[in-house]
Amino acid sequence: MSMKVSTRQVDGVTILDLSGRITLGEGSVTLRDAVRDVLGKGSRKILLNLGDISYIDSSGIGELVSAFTSVKNAGGELKLLNLTKKVHDLLQITKLYTVFDIKDDEASAVSSFS
Amino acid sequence: MTVPSTLESVNALEKAAEEFATRSGFDEDTAPNIAMAVREAAINAVMHGNAYDTGKTVTASFESTSDSLVIRIADQGPGLDPGSVPDPLAPENILRGSGRGIFLIRAFMDEVHFRLLHPGTELTLIKHRTPAQPSA
Repeated sequence: MSMKVSTRQVDGVTILDLSGRITLGEGSVTLRDAVRDVLGKGSRKILLNLGDISYIDSSGIGELVSAFTSVKNAGGELKLLNLTKKVHDLLQITKLYTVFDIKDDEASAVSSFS
Repeated sequence: MTVPSTLESVNALEKAAEEFATRSGFDEDTAPNIAMAVREAAINAVMHGNAYDTGKTVTASFESTSDSLVIRIADQGPGLDPGSVPDPLAPENILRGSGRGIFLIRAFMDEVHFRLLHPGTELTLIKHRTPAQPSA
């Protein structure tokens, strides 16, 4: 099962709705390409909606971190929305929970971007 | 089981581990964690150990005992020194895009042992049963 991405704009924020698995190989590459694509189009306020991500491995976690640093280095902000329990637990274990700005409500997540 | 050094093998070993753990009586929270540890061990074997070399294979065995689940994953690579793997929780490593696999294996299993095979590395992953998880 591969990962799927759809992109939408809400009040100047680019929201990437992700579904499936972010794992070594296709899932990680799809995420990397999607973030690179929206950065290339000028987006600097990026919200990754992980509500339909069923599974993530160490490669997927690494890809989230890489996306975070890529956007930050480009002068933007990347935030996470709607973590499943599994992803939430993994970010806790890896101490990344405090690195990311994590939201559980889309409207407040959108309005939180500076 | 012996599988080639491919991503498909990683997925197959993960699936086999979850089915085996479930069949062995581990609950719906624990079995996926065991499967994830096996996935990470398989990634290490395929990517870092065998470096996707089609001439090298990964060998896995699954054993259920009265008190534990014992899984062994072996590659034919140059050998891994677990002491050389940086701590992914250290502040200087926290934003690295890789290097969390062995940490996650240790997080989800009760015991993790490394053995050099000359050539290759064998990881033994052990999950102990709790009273709620009797041998199936």
